[in-house]
Amino acid sequence: MTAAGPRRRAAGTPLLDAHLVADRGGFHLDVALRVRAGEVVALLGPNGAGKTTALRALAGLHPLAAGHLTLDGADLDRPDGRVWVPPERRPVGVVFQDYLLFPHLSARDNVAFGPRRRGADRRAARARADAWLDRVGLAGYARRRPRELSGGQAQRVALARALAVEPTLLLLDEPLAALDARTRVDTRAELHRHLGAHPGATVLVTHDPLDALVLADRLVIVEGGRVVQEGDAAAVTARPRTDYVARLVGLNLHRGQADGHQVRVGALTLTAVDRVVGEAFVAFPPAAVALHPARPDGSPRNTWPARVAGVQRHGDHLRVELDGPLPVSADVTPAAVAALRLRPGQQVWAAVKAAETRAYPAGG
Amino acid sequence: MPVALFVPAGLGLAFLVLPLTGLLARAPWATLPQRLAAPGVLTALRLSLLTATGATLLCLALGVPLAWVLARVRFPGRRLVRALVTVPLVLPPVVGGVALLLVFGRRGLLGGWLDATFGVTLPFTTAGVVLAEAFVAMPFLVIAVEGALRAADSRYEEAAATLGAGRWTTFTHVTLPLVAPGVAAGAVLCWARALGEFGATITFAGNFPGRTQTMPLAVYLALETDLEAAIVLSLVLLTVSVAILAGLRDRWVTGP
Amino acid sequence: MTGTTTRTALAGAFALALALAGCAGGSDRPAPGESGAEVRGPVTVLAAASLTESFHRLGDEFEAAHPGTTVTFSFAGSSALATQVNQGAPADVFAAASPATMRPVTDAGNAAGEPATFARNQLVIAVPKGNPGGVGALADLTRPGVKVALCAEQVPCGAAARTALDAAGVALTPVTLESDVKGALAKVRLGEVDAALVYRTDATAAASQVDAVEFPESARAVNDYPIVVLRQAGNPTAARAFVAYVLSDRGRAALTAAGFQPPRA
Repeated sequence: MTAAGPRRRAAGTPLLDAHLVADRGGFHLDVALRVRAGEVVALLGPNGAGKTTALRALAGLHPLAAGHLTLDGADLDRPDGRVWVPPERRPVGVVFQDYLLFPHLSARDNVAFGPRRRGADRRAARARADAWLDRVGLAGYARRRPRELSGGQAQRVALARALAVEPTLLLLDEPLAALDARTRVDTRAELHRHLGAHPGATVLVTHDPLDALVLADRLVIVEGGRVVQEGDAAAVTARPRTDYVARLVGLNLHRGQADGHQVRVGALTLTAVDRVVGEAFVAFPPAAVALHPARPDGSPRNTWPARVAGVQRHGDHLRVELDGPLPVSADVTPAAVAALRLRPGQQVWAAVKAAETRAYPAGG
Repeated sequence: MPVALFVPAGLGLAFLVLPLTGLLARAPWATLPQRLAAPGVLTALRLSLLTATGATLLCLALGVPLAWVLARVRFPGRRLVRALVTVPLVLPPVVGGVALLLVFGRRGLLGGWLDATFGVTLPFTTAGVVLAEAFVAMPFLVIAVEGALRAADSRYEEAAATLGAGRWTTFTHVTLPLVAPGVAAGAVLCWARALGEFGATITFAGNFPGRTQTMPLAVYLALETDLEAAIVLSLVLLTVSVAILAGLRDRWVTGP
Repeated sequence: MTGTTTRTALAGAFALALALAGCAGGSDRPAPGESGAEVRGPVTVLAAASLTESFHRLGDEFEAAHPGTTVTFSFAGSSALATQVNQGAPADVFAAASPATMRPVTDAGNAAGEPATFARNQLVIAVPKGNPGGVGALADLTRPGVKVALCAEQVPCGAAARTALDAAGVALTPVTLESDVKGALAKVRLGEVDAALVYRTDATAAASQVDAVEFPESARAVNDYPIVVLRQAGNPTAARAFVAYVLSDRGRAALTAAGFQPPRA
C-alpha cells in the first residue's frame, strides 16, 4: 500500500471513528474516539487507565473484543463483521514510548524501513528517509546508529520514521516521557509544529497534562478504561469532572448540591460565581485559598475551620494540605507559613473568595 | 578482592587446562613434522572441518526456525517440545547413532523409502557424518538462539509490523539481526560440538578414511596402537579449532 | 542398547572407579608378595571386550569356588586396557585379545611373569539371520552391492581380517572400518551391512540375530588370548588363583562354550 494522504471528506465527518472495546488480563477498556483529519487528540489519564491498550488496539497490536475501528471509511477492526486488518496493512504510523529504533540500522535505514516495506525501492526509500530526516532537523545524522543519538534526536528519528509512511492515523505513545526536562521543552515545541503539519488524524497518549495541553486540540480523559471527560483544553481545565482531572489542572474539586449561587458540600455551604441548580461541581485553585490563625473579620462568605495535614514545597511557594470538613490544598508563600508558624496538626481557618469559586452542573 | 570467587575460578580453569598440559607434555615433539605429514592426518582434518561446517549450516537452517517457534509461538505441548530438543544432550552419542540408523538406515523408518525414492543412502557416507554431527550439536544452537529470542524485546517486532513489515520480513530484517550475537554464539558451540563428535558418527556413518573418518575417529583408532600418534592428532584438532574460534570471536566482539 | 554402549558405559564407570581408588590410596590392601596366603578378597580383572560373556561366567564360578573373593571386571578394547595398565591402573589381572596388545605391558615390565595363552579365537563371516545374501565364502563378499564391515587394522580383529583376506587373495573394499569387533557386529545386527568379519565368539554371543559362516582361510589368522598377573596387583594370591582357574579344565569348558578354541598344546 502506498500511503496517500487521507481522502477529502465531507466537513465534520471524522477520519477516525472508533469504539474500542478490549480486554487485557481482567482489565476492560471501553472508549469511543472520533478524530477529524488534521486534528490532534490526546488520550490523557493516570497509569493503568487503558491509554496504551487503546493505542495498541488502534495500531492493530491488540484485537478488539467488540466495537469497531473505522479509518478513512474503511473498517480495520470489527469483530461483529469478522473484519481485522493486521498492523502491517494499516495506514498507521506509531511513535513508541522508548522509540524502538532498530539498533542494527542507521537513522536513515530506520526511517527508510517503512517506505521500503510499503513498496518503494531502496533508492526511493532512502531519498524519502533523507527528506524526512531533513525535516526533523537531523540531515547530518543519517548514518548514525540509534545508540549514537541523544534522546531528543532519537525521538525525532522515531517521529520521522512514523511519518515517512505518510500514515492516515499517527499514534504517539508518551512521546516525550523518556526525555530530560530541558530537552523536553524544545522537543515539545518542535513536535507541536510537526503534528500541526500532519494532514491525517493524530492520537497522542500521555499522562503529562502539559504535553496534552500544548500538543492536542482536544483532550479525552480516560480513567479505569472509560472516558470520564472530553473537550478542548479550556473546557477541561475550567471544569474538571473528576479528582484526577482536577489534580492535573491544579484545582480543588468538590461535588455538591447547588441552588443558585449556593452549593452545599457536606456540612458547608459555598458561594460560587456561577448560578447552578441541582448536582454540581465546585472548583477553585489552591492559590485562591487563604489561611488565617483565627476566624477572619469582615468575613468572606466561604470560610471554615481546618487542620494542617502537611506542608511541602511546590515551585516557589508552599502547598498546604488541609483536613477538616472540606479537604483542600492551599498555596501560600513561605513568608505566610513562617508568620502563621504552620506545622502538621495545627488548627487554622481557611477562606476562599466567592469570585474565584466556580460551579457547574455535574449531571450529563 | 573477592577471593571466594577467584580461588574456585582458578581451580576451574586449571581443571580444564591441565589435561591439555598433559597432552603437550607427552607430545613427541622430535618426530612431530613427520607425523603431521602422514597421509591420513590432513584427510581426516579436512573431513572434520568440512562436516562440522556442514552440520552447523544444517543446524542453522533447521534450528533457528525451531528456536523461533519455541520462543514466539504459544502452542499446547511447547514445554514437552522444548524438553525433546534437549534429548541429544542426554542421550549417549552412540545411542544417538543407533537411533539414527533405526530411522535413516537401510531398514530404518525412512531409510528404505529414501533409498527407493531418491536413491539416497546415508549410513557410511560423508552426508551421514554431517547428519550424525548435526543431531548431537543441534540442541546447543537451538538453546542459545531461543534464549536470545526470549531476551530480545519483541516490541521491535511490533514496531516493524506498524511500519508495514509482514512476519517473514520482520523475522529476517528485525528479529534475526537483533539476536545475531545469540545465533553466532550458538553456531560456535554447535560447530565445536560437531567437530569433536565421535560416538554417533562412528555408529551411524562408520569409519572409512577420506569418507567418514573424522579426526576424533582417527584419534580413537590411533590410540589402539600408538599413543603418540593419537596425541599428535588431538593437538592438530585442538590447534585448528582454537585458532578458528578465537579468530571468529574477535571478529564478532569488535563487529557491529 | 548395543554391546558397544554397555562397554563404553562400563569403561566410563571404571575410569571413575580408578580415580576414586587413586584418591583413597591402597593402604587397606594386603602387601603383595606374601606366599601361602589364603585366597580371598577382591580381584580386579581387565579383560578384552570379546571375553565379556565368558569371563562373567568364570567370575561367578571362581567366587563360588573361593568364598570370600569378589571378582570385578572392566571390559574394554585390549589396547585401551594396556594403556590403563601402563598408567598404573590398580588391577590384578590383564587378559588381552592378542599378543600384540599384551606386548606393551610386558615391555613396560608391568607383568608378573610370562603371559599364558588361555584361548584362541578365529574369524567367521557374520551375516544377518538366515543368511539372506547367500554368503558362503570370503569371495562372495566382493560381489557388487554387498556391504561389508571390517575392524580397523589397528585392532586385533582387523589385523586378523587383513591376514585372512590376504591369505585368500581376496581384495575387498569395506564400507566401514570399525574401531572394535562389537561395532562391526552391531552393523550386521542392525542390517546396515550384509556381512562382517568377526570372531566366532562374538557371533556365538549374538546367535539369535546373526549367523556365522565358517571359512577355511580363518585358520591362517587365529588369535591367541594371553593372560597375566600384573606386577602392581594388590591381591597377587587371589590373582594367581584366578589365572589358574581360567587355565583349568573348568575354565576351558566355559570358554569353549562361548565359541573359543583351546590353546595349542
